[in-house]
Formats: sequence, structure tokens, C-alpha cells
Amino acid sequence: TLCSHMRTLRVDSRTIYVGHRPCHDPEAFIPPKFCDNRIVSSKYTVWNFLPKNLFEQFRRIANFYFLIIFLVQVIVDTPTSPVTSGLPLFFVITVTAIKQGYEDWLRHKADNEVNKYLVTVLEDGQRMRKESEKIKVGDVVEVVEDETFPCDLVLLRSSREDETCFVTTASLDGESNHKTHYTVPDMEQDLLSLNATIECEQPQPDLYKFVGRMHMYRNNQEHAVRSLGPENLLLKGATLKNTEKIYGVAVYSGMETKMALNYQGKSQKRSAVEKSINAFLLVYLCILVSKALVCTTLKYVWQSQPVFFSVPTEIGLKYNLMYLKMFTDFLSFMVLFNFIIPVSMYVTVEMQKFLGSFFISWDKDFFDPEIQEGALVNTSDLNEELGQVEYVFTDKTGTLTQNNMEFIECCIDGFQYKYTDSSTELDGFCVTDGPEKEELFLRALCLCHTVQVKEPDGAKCHPAELRGFIASSPDEVALVIGAMKYGFTFLGMESNSMKVMNRNNEVETYQLLHVLNFDPVRRRMSVIVRSKSGDTMLFCKGADSSIFPRVRQHEVERIRMHVERNATEGYRTLCVAYKLLKPEEYALVDTELREARLSLQDREDKLLKVYNQVEDNMSLIGATAVEDRLQEEAAETMEALQGAGMRVWVLTGDKMETAKSTCYACRLFQRGTELLELTVRTLEDGGRNREDRLHDRLKSMFKLNWSSSHQDYGFIIDGATLSLVLNSSTDSDCYKTLFLKICQNCTSVLCCRMAPLQKAQIVKLVKCSKGSPITLSIGDGANDVSMILEAHVGIGIKGKEGRQAVRNSDYAIPKLKHLKKLLLAHGHLYYVRIAHLVQYFFYKNLCFILPQFLYQFFCGYSQQPLYDAAYLTMYNICFTSMPILAYSLVEQHICMEALLENAALYRDVAKNAMLRWGPFSYWTLLGVYQGLLFFFGVRFLFGNPALQDNGQVFGNWSYGTIVFTVLVFTVTLKLALDTRYWTWVNHFVIWGSLAFYTFFSFFWGGIIWPFLRQQRLYFVFANMLSSVAAWLVIILLIILSLLPEILLQVLRKPRGTHSRQVLHTHTHTHTDRYYPHKHTHTHRHTHTHTHTHRQVLPPQTHRHTDTHTDRYYPHTHTHTHTHRQVPHTDRYYPHTHTQTGTTHRQVLPPHTHTDRYHTHTHTHTHTHTDGHRQVIILANKSLVKRTSL
Amino acid sequence: MPKKELETANRPDNTAFTQQRLPAWQPILSAGIVIPGFVLIGLAFIGIGVALFLTSRNITVLEMDYTGVETTSDCYKCSAGTLPNCVCNLYFTLNETFPGTVYFYYGLSNYFQSYRKFGASRDDNQLSGDTYYFTSPLAVCTPYQYDVNNNPIVPCGISANSMFNDTFNLYQLVNGSKTVPLDGRGIAWWSDYNIKFRNPTSDPLRNAFNGTVKPPFWSKPVFELDLTDKSNNGFLNQDFLVWMRRAALPNFRKLYRRITGPDYASGLPPGNYTIEIAYNYPVMSFNGRKKVVLSNVSWMGGKNDFLGVAYLVVGSLCIVMSMVMLIVYAKFKFPDDV
Repeated sequence: TLCSHMRTLRVDSRTIYVGHRPCHDPEAFIPPKFCDNRIVSSKYTVWNFLPKNLFEQFRRIANFYFLIIFLVQVIVDTPTSPVTSGLPLFFVITVTAIKQGYEDWLRHKADNEVNKYLVTVLEDGQRMRKESEKIKVGDVVEVVEDETFPCDLVLLRSSREDETCFVTTASLDGESNHKTHYTVPDMEQDLLSLNATIECEQPQPDLYKFVGRMHMYRNNQEHAVRSLGPENLLLKGATLKNTEKIYGVAVYSGMETKMALNYQGKSQKRSAVEKSINAFLLVYLCILVSKALVCTTLKYVWQSQPVFFSVPTEIGLKYNLMYLKMFTDFLSFMVLFNFIIPVSMYVTVEMQKFLGSFFISWDKDFFDPEIQEGALVNTSDLNEELGQVEYVFTDKTGTLTQNNMEFIECCIDGFQYKYTDSSTELDGFCVTDGPEKEELFLRALCLCHTVQVKEPDGAKCHPAELRGFIASSPDEVALVIGAMKYGFTFLGMESNSMKVMNRNNEVETYQLLHVLNFDPVRRRMSVIVRSKSGDTMLFCKGADSSIFPRVRQHEVERIRMHVERNATEGYRTLCVAYKLLKPEEYALVDTELREARLSLQDREDKLLKVYNQVEDNMSLIGATAVEDRLQEEAAETMEALQGAGMRVWVLTGDKMETAKSTCYACRLFQRGTELLELTVRTLEDGGRNREDRLHDRLKSMFKLNWSSSHQDYGFIIDGATLSLVLNSSTDSDCYKTLFLKICQNCTSVLCCRMAPLQKAQIVKLVKCSKGSPITLSIGDGANDVSMILEAHVGIGIKGKEGRQAVRNSDYAIPKLKHLKKLLLAHGHLYYVRIAHLVQYFFYKNLCFILPQFLYQFFCGYSQQPLYDAAYLTMYNICFTSMPILAYSLVEQHICMEALLENAALYRDVAKNAMLRWGPFSYWTLLGVYQGLLFFFGVRFLFGNPALQDNGQVFGNWSYGTIVFTVLVFTVTLKLALDTRYWTWVNHFVIWGSLAFYTFFSFFWGGIIWPFLRQQRLYFVFANMLSSVAAWLVIILLIILSLLPEILLQVLRKPRGTHSRQVLHTHTHTHTDRYYPHKHTHTHRHTHTHTHTHRQVLPPQTHRHTDTHTDRYYPHTHTHTHTHRQVPHTDRYYPHTHTQTGTTHRQVLPPHTHTDRYHTHTHTHTHTHTDGHRQVIILANKSLVKRTSL
Repeated sequence: MPKKELETANRPDNTAFTQQRLPAWQPILSAGIVIPGFVLIGLAFIGIGVALFLTSRNITVLEMDYTGVETTSDCYKCSAGTLPNCVCNLYFTLNETFPGTVYFYYGLSNYFQSYRKFGASRDDNQLSGDTYYFTSPLAVCTPYQYDVNNNPIVPCGISANSMFNDTFNLYQLVNGSKTVPLDGRGIAWWSDYNIKFRNPTSDPLRNAFNGTVKPPFWSKPVFELDLTDKSNNGFLNQDFLVWMRRAALPNFRKLYRRITGPDYASGLPPGNYTIEIAYNYPVMSFNGRKKVVLSNVSWMGGKNDFLGVAYLVVGSLCIVMSMVMLIVYAKFKFPDDV
């Protein structure tokens, strides 16, 4: 049977000969070939760098376009020299090549460091030092403490007595806790005489999966088979800890290691702005081609008339030659007008993104003193996308909550126990009638886990309280610590037995027989232990939904109540159950478990089956409640995001009740929100097919009157139902869209019990829905990586669950609260900056090239450039590039504080508002208007070219220079008009550019340049300035070009709310003539409440004391203000308080809070001028008490 | 201590620039600034416009076509281009004094000096007196680089070859005809005459041109353009310089002479005049037109009504817009300016 088994395995398994020793059949031994242990992350070698890099660069459509233009200029007789386009292109290509070359050099260096690292290999009984890259699969490798494993190894021997070793996988998945790995069971002690083969699956990237088995051939013996699992595999990149040394056999090497397989170049995310740029480019390309076509056609029409003498024309040419000539003429026109699509725009956009992203990592508001780190920018391509987010998908644990668990209370046998710090007595414990149950429960907490005790360095006898616990899940630590508070202390593991100190300070020892690991499908874990008295017990803990069906039903009811109450309070609840196993029962379970663990195929399914079998018919002991605190300012952040028009979806693996309560706490759901639930539970009532019920529910929900009122809807769905929706058999697409539509109409959506892949599915579903909204995923754990990678923008939180999310994210921030500033301030500004940059670039090149096109009508369509070659080249590089770059880096059309205060401002730029066809046409029209103006203004002036007071005339270069001067000044001043935030940088570059242009023109025209063939511009600029008429026309045209712009800015303003909000914010940060008071913390807090009622109050002076305590901000503050109030009507804020004496003006009307989820109490004391006092106590929004004194 | 160092190492710099808090001026274009601004600009423009308009009105221009299209014209006989050394006369009468220094322009219409090949086809090295290029002119000069005998053409190229070669003499008809002296100095740009164009350094000038031929269209070589005045000969001939400065538009005029004679320094007195034209330049083949323009100039150059009108229009536009804004402002009260 083994043979047949082997045959079936051959395809997807590999056989490794430990130590390259042939086993049972020396003749048939063919050493298998595997790849070597070299890690290659670099892209280029010295030899292929140039061709490969150039090829990759010219694959970019823009670079290719410029290359074509350059080649046309080289080949065809064109009006401008190839230098004009070749030089910028060469510059761009070189800079990019140097940057990429440098990055690759760094990768080479890193690779070498890994590949040349010396490791010890056992070869023919001798320890050899070898370079890491020379390790072959089958080599037995020795690794000592604190070394990283050079390849994936199967652990053969450890220096520890218990045949285990500890590793940390911090560099793999960021989890810094120690993990235990085990040697292959019943291993021979002498590795030299070990004759064994390992059969294992082919390399695959899942870090936590490994299936294999080891055949050991002993002399004259039937060979033994051992199963291998992930606990036997040491991964390359992990580090050996707490273990002197280990020996392992290499099973996967080099690029086949799990680490290398997991390292994949992140897919390039492209921003929506880039799509807009491409669309605009297409328009401009059409403009370019049509201009060239028009000119070519007209040229031949014009030439069919007699042309003035002595100029060769193409009329006499033979037909086929003439077509060729026509084509080259067309190309010449293309070259002449190609500046309309400037290479410099790409450079400027890249530079803006690259430099701009520094502001995020520089921002000290993102600095978290706890972890001593600020924000991290992994890609600068998506800066502007941060300002376009429509959907926020957030993880719950670790993102909305702190993932800092605290044991709050437990419920044993239906009685509630709450630990209070103040008293040494344990509240509640006296009222129970079952101390045995109680102790059983606490023992269960102490035993049913995979927590390790951190052994402090040096002395071992530390007081138990100071011990640290390490576990992969913080819940477990919280439970163990909780049990410790109640007197049961877990002392640690010692050679397969767990030691627990009970209330009487006696040490109890339990032999650990089996651990039935936690998995997200089962949502529970169990241990099987044997007590000293010989009882075999199974302890199980898990989610209520996974425990309740497996315990005796009569026990459930009492505890369910507690669990549900705890869940609504936002606690994470776990139920604890136990079961006494009879010896024969245990024997059966034991063999089944071992069999399942040994099996090579479907091991997981088999294990699951056994687990489900064992974990049944248990008796429920109690439940625990662990609080996961909300992140700092989580609620404010969520509120701000919603205020900014974003839809927040919470995607969590947690249970519905807990997630729901977190949503309430975060104010994602409000008291008035009507919740639409679509979960397994809601679908289960009614005997019909679940799918049908689902469809009915979807349809009925869809029929709700969405637009009728201001009713908010919230939507809740769980993973099982979601997969039902997504994989529904009939008309699945129809229900998918129905589901999506319902979700999109809800203000918040909660998806609970989601598998990581489902999170990504949801993101993808929304991403690909109609209008392709911009999505953002934020998470902190490895389970969020899939959705972080899927969304347009992925944000990682530098949380406790390792660094995997951070490494796969586009941006990483230390805390959730930083998201608000990242999106509302940075994102908004970046979007406005880049949108303006793009529009401005197209505009300035349109009005640059339009006169050149128009000039063709006056030069016989001869491709005569209007401007000198120097101007053509320098326009985009020097004269007009710096102001827009500076603008796109420092502009704040609305200052940061205002953006943060008024989340609604974010909506102004939503849906790519500044880069849609409307604004684009506006800018294009402006460019056309100005281009026409420049050209024809000067053309009418040149009706009489005698423009100097000595009667001399101006020629064509003077014409071009006047147009160009007007152009440079106009586009620069246009930018100056748009600049709302004039720092010294803006002043420097704007006035500096204009000065540079003037200086350059003088210089360029002031010297006979020996390298120029024609001194076209010699003295042209100086002569121009000596003409009064030229001055006058320049001033006239600049002002006339900017007039509509100024007018529009003045007239547009009253309609927008921007300036109002700017002023409004000034009142908080500065002293301002409107609101001369300094902003304090209190006021900001007040601002977060929404004040709905507008009332005009009679003049009154009142004292107002506002006290509140808050669950999430556990501080109490009391402030007292005295106001004198006058009736006032204001368009925006119907009430203004005038300042008298020590009082200050407050912009908001008094205390009509609509917010109900703060459990704080407001006490307002108003003292009226007539001595009449009024005390209003507001609690949970409803007016509780009103006393008049 | 090390902990503090770590903190300072990781903590972002708290500078105004990195925190995007550079002190900034935040101007808002409010109606309160723009309305008075518009009024001021409008008034200034109207002022300038009036000045320009009046100046332009005061400039006298006399424009006469002499292409000879109409049979009645004296130049009709020459327009066919069949007669060699054809001379025709153009008569005109001044009823009142043509005031100020009078400038004599010739004008061409439908003539594309702005044609690319026309402008590109020249060798500035030759024109700056570099004799190396006399023997091997640049290829851009084709088809006027070498003649049929492969002799280099100096000055080469279409630009030079097509030089305007009509000449004019002006006579006042009083008691027979009295020559009105025409001054050909200072008609070209100072920089062209003094720096950009140079004759080769050889004496006599013609020696430098040994082995070269004149452009085919020319009647005499470049070193014989003005034998009477050495400083106006060769590449420094001012008529040549004026021609070589390309016109921007197909209808253009170029300065020919200045009338500065002692009797005419303050203008041309009333009376009858005739311009004697040596009609050499053929334009009929491409439907071109030739004309003579007499004009005086002002501080703004020659006559140009456009500038004055444009200033008046834009100035009034500003005033009108400020009025409109004022009405809007008064009616709706921009909230920010309360």
C-alpha cells in the first residue's frame, strides 16, 4: 500500500535523502535535483542592466512617445533640433536609471549578505563551514542560538532536553513571541548513522502549513514512519532562541523557501489621478494630431496656389514621393506641436509625489511616543488617493480597539463575578454555592491555553505576579492573568506537564496529553490533561456560538444571558466547558488523534473531524468577559470620516454582538440607526431553504424607502451569509448587486466573522461596483493583509499583531486616530495639489502651443516655430516649472486646522471633483482663450511692425518673443492668483522665475553664442523692451488674460463655503477680529456635538457649567463660562454670544445635544441677570431634570 | 540618556517647513479689493488708451501701391517683368505739410518671409565675416549653396538671394524736379549693423570674395552693394540688413530711408512729388503686392490704432465690471465683507 501511496504522491511531493545517504536501495539512488540556496531579489546584473532597464523604461507609454518624437526629429527634416526633445528625455531616463540602479545595488548587497553567510553543515561526519548559498537540499545543518535559519529545515535534534526548540518569527510575520517547535519524534540520537528519507509536499507559500513524513531505515528493521507538520519545520528567516543549538535537514532551499515564496513584488497600484491624466493625454493627443493634420492639409492646399519665388515646393514631385513628403510634413508638424504633451509633466508629477510624501513621514502629529515611531510611507504613488476615499474598510481588533485585553468579569454557573481593585475580597465569590465549580472554572482558565511563561533572565524565582506571559493571542494572556487575580496561577510547562498554583499555594501538576488547536472555523480550542489523581479531562473554551451547541442545553440559558449582556457592552466573551473522559474513551480519542496527525492527505479535515467528535457533550462551566478598549479617539475618527462622506465598513472576524457594541461605541451606529441584520441567526427561523429566505430578505430590504427621511441605516452581515450571497446558486449576480446596493445605501456596514479572504472579497466587490469608488483598507494584523492589498489604498497600523500589515501597506500609521489627519488634511491637500498641478500643466502647454499653431497660418504652413528653440526647450524646464512644483508641495488652499475641524470639506473634492471633464474643459477653454489672445493681440500690433520710435521694424523673432513674454508672465501670474498660501517658497519661485526669465532673455540675446548656427535672438529682447508699444501690449494682454479669472474668483466665492470655514477655524487657532478668543480643549469637545435647534434667545447673561464624565475618556472636567447673549441672526450660525468681561464669545448655540452615546452627564447651570438660576441636567440626551431656583 | 537620544533620532523634526506651517500670507480676493482695483485699472487703461489713440491719430501715413496691376498705373509696363531696368514713376500730391521726420518704407503683401525654409536658408557664419564658410557654405543654404559650376555662393541661401532690389528716388516737383535727399543710415538694428553682421577683414573688400559667386538673383555682388560708402557696403549694407531681418507676417513693411535733408527735416512741404522706382522685384507671379509707405512716427512707433482702441475697450470693460460687481455686492452683500 505504501508503494501505491507513494505513486500518487510523487507528482506533488518531493523526496529528500537526509545527509544525501541512499537508503534501502543504493543502486536506484539518483540524487534529486533541487535549486540551490541562493536568494535573488535583485532585478539586474551588471551586464543586463542597461538593455533591461532601458527596455523597461521605454515600456512606459510616455517615454516611448518621447522617444518616437526624438527619432522623428533625428530622421525627418523638422523645424526644431533633436536636442530640444532629446535633452529632457535623456535627463529623465538617466535619472530614473541611476535611481533604479542604486536600488538594485542595495538589493544585491542585501542578497550577498544572506548568501555569503557562513553556516555549519554536517558532511560525512565532519562539521564543515560553508557559505549559505551552497547548502543543498538534504544537507544536515547546524544552527546555534540567535542565528537565523539559512533555509527551511526539518528539526532533527535539539540541544534542549525536551526535544523542542524556540524560535521567533519576527522577521517573517512580525510576531516576536517565542514559538515552540518539536523534533521528529523518536529520533535516533546519532545523526551520522541516520538513514532516512523525507517525503514532503512541494514548496508552497503558506507559512503555517507543512505536510510531510519521514521514513527511517534502521538496520534489519522494518522502517519507521513519522509524520511531520509545521511544528517540525523551521523556516528560513526565523531566529533560534533559548536553545543552544539544533540540527536540521534542509528541505526547501533558496527561492523555494517559504520566505522567498512569500516575498512577492507588490502589485503596482495606480491612482485614479493617473487615469485622469491618461484620459486628458488622449484628448491632447487628439488635439495634437488634428492640429498636425489641419496644417498638413492646408499646406498642400496653399501650395497649389503659386508661391512666392525661389522657395522650393513639393508640387513638382512625383506622386509616391509626394505622399512620403506629406507624411514627413505631418510628422514635422507633430514635432512642432509636441510640446503640448510635455515630458516635464511626468517628471514634475513624480517629483511632487516623491517629495510630497515626505510631509507624511515628517508629520510630528503622527509620531507615537509609545512605539517611538512616526508614519511610514511605502509608496508615494497614492498620496492623492488619500483625498478620494469613499469607502473605508476597517478591521476591528487592534484597529478600532487597542487589542489590549483586560479581564473584566466572569460568570460561573450563572453567577456574575467581578473583580474590583479596591477590595481585597473577591466580590461575589461569597455568594456562590459551588466552590468546586468555581475552582474548576479557574483551573480550566489556567490549563486551557497555549500561553508560555516568559522566563526572566537570571534568577528563576520571581514572584508570580511579575512573570510575563507570551501567547499568540492577547485574550489568552488576559484570561491567565485574570485567573491569577482569583488565586490560580499558571506556573508554566515542565516536560509536558502544566503546573498550576492554587489558592492554597499548592502546586498542582497536570500532564498535558493533547492540545486541540484553535482555528477560526471551529472558533474554539481544547486541551486534554490528566490530573495527578488520574482523571483525564478535556477543557474547552471558545465562542458562545461554537460552544453552546456542544454542551448540555439546560446549562446554557443562565449563561447565555450573561454572555449576551457582556457582548452588548462591548466585551469579548468566551465560554468555558469541560468534559471528563473515561479511560477507554480517552484511549479511542488518543489513537484517532494520532492517526489523523500522521496522515499525509486531508490531515486537517481528519483532525477537524476528530476534534468535533471529542468536543461534544461537554458541560458548560462559565463564561468570561474581556474588554478590548477602544483606540484613542476611535469614535471621533470614525465620526470625522463619516462627516467627510466616507462609508465605514467594519470587517472583523469577531462575533456579531461584540462587533456591534464596538460599532456603537465608535458611533458608527447611532441610537437612531435602524439595523438591518442578515445573519445565520436571522435566516434560521422559518423552515425554508436558507437561500430563499436570504433572497426574500434582500428584496424586502431593498424595497425600504431609502430616501424618505433622514433615517440612518446600518447593515450587519456575517461571513456565512456573505458567502451565501456571493456564491448563491441562482441569479447570483442579481443578488450580489442587490446586496451591494443595500450596503451602499447604509451609513455603516458591519461584516462579522469574516475570514481574511472574505475581507478581500468584500473590498473587491465594492471596488468593482458601479462608479468604481476608491476604497481604503486599514488593519493591523496578518489577517488584514489580503484586504490591504486589495483596496486602492492600504493602511497598516503599527500595532501589536506583528508587522505584516505594515509591510504590505501603502502607508503605515501608529494609531487609528492618525487616519483622520492622514485623510482629511494630507489626503485632501495632496489631491488638490496634484489635481491643480495636472490641470495647470495641460493649460500652460495649451496656451504655449496654440500661438505656434496659429502662426502656421501666417508662415505658409511651413512649420516655422514661433518661439526660439531655447524658449521651446526652457519653457517647461525652467521658466514655468518651479512655481507649480512649489505650489504643489506647499499649497494649502484651506489650512490644515480647518480641514480637520470641518470634515465636510472633504466632500468638496470627492469623486475626483477637480479632475473631471468639467474642470478640464474650463482649464482648456482658459488655455484656448489665452492662446488666442496672445497670438492675435500681437498680430494686430504687428499690423504695423514699425514699433520703435526710430521707425525701425520688428521681425518674426520679436513677434515670438513678445508672445512668449506675455505667455510666461500670464501663466505664472495665473498660478499666483490661484495660490492661497504664500510662503517664502512661493514668493521666491514665482518672482524668481519671472526674474530668471527676464535675466535669461537678456543673457541669451546679449551674447553671440559660438555654438549656435543662427543668432536669431540676438538683441531681440533688449530691442523689444526699448519699444513702448511692446511694453503696452504685454501689459494689456496679461491683464486681459487674467481678467476673467479674477472676476470668477470674486463671484464664485459667496457661493462656496470655503472662506467661511477658513475664518471659522481662525477663530480657534488665532486671535481674530471676528472671534477674539483662544481656543481651548473644552471648546473643541463641544464642537463635536451637533446642535440642531436654532433658536433666537432674548438677551441674557448666563453662567454655564459643563461637567461630564466619559467612559472612553476617563476624565472629568468642569468649566464655567459666563456669557452675555444677544439675539443675532447669522446665516451660518444663528447664535453668537457677545463677550463681556471675563467671558468670551462662543460660536455655538447653547447645549442642544443630539448625541446620545456618551454616557456622560452634562450639568448646565445658567445664571440669569435677574438672579434666576436654572439647572439642567442632561443625561443620555433626554432632559432628565430641570430645576428652577 | 540613550533613551532620550533614541527619541530625538526617531522623532520628526519640528520645523515650520516639515510640519507645513511655514508662515504664509493668505490673500483672499474679496470684492472689497477687486472693485477699487478694477476701477483703478480701468481708469489707468482709459488714460493710456486716450493717449495712444490721439497719438496714433496724429500720425500721418501715405501708402501707395506701385505693383502695377491696373493698366492706368505707370508701373503697369514694368509689372510683366519683361523689360530690363524698367523705371516707373509714382506721383502724389501733398495738400498740407507732412509733418516731422518722414520715414520711407517699402511694403510687400502676400510675401512669406516667415516661411521656414526662407528663414532657415542662410549662413550666419558667412554673414559674421567668417571666410571659412565662404568656400563651404552650410547645407541649409540649398538650393543657393553652390551655383551650377559648384562655386560657393556668398551670401548663400534663399533669404539673401531674394533680397528686395527695387530702388526709389523721391523728387519734389517745384520748378522742375528737386531731389529730396533720402538718408539710408540707421535704418537697420544697431546690433545687426555693429555686432551681428561683419565684413571679412580684407582690403579691398572684394579680395575676400575670390572664388565665390554672387547670389543668382542679384545684379551685383555683395561687395559692390554701395561703392560710395564703405561703411554701407558688403554685409553691412543697411538695405541688406533690413531685408535679412525676417518679417513676422506675410504683409509687412520695411524701413527704406529717412527723409532728413535740410529742407525737409521738419517734414515734407505741400506740393507735388514723384517717386522714381527702379522696378526690379517681380511679385506678380505669386499675386504679391508692392507699396511705398511714407509715415512719421511717435513715441509709440508707427501708426497703430489697435493699441489705443484695445486699451480703451479693456479700460471700459474694467469699469463696467466693477459697476456690475458693485451692484451685486450692494444687493447680495458678500457675507465675508460684512
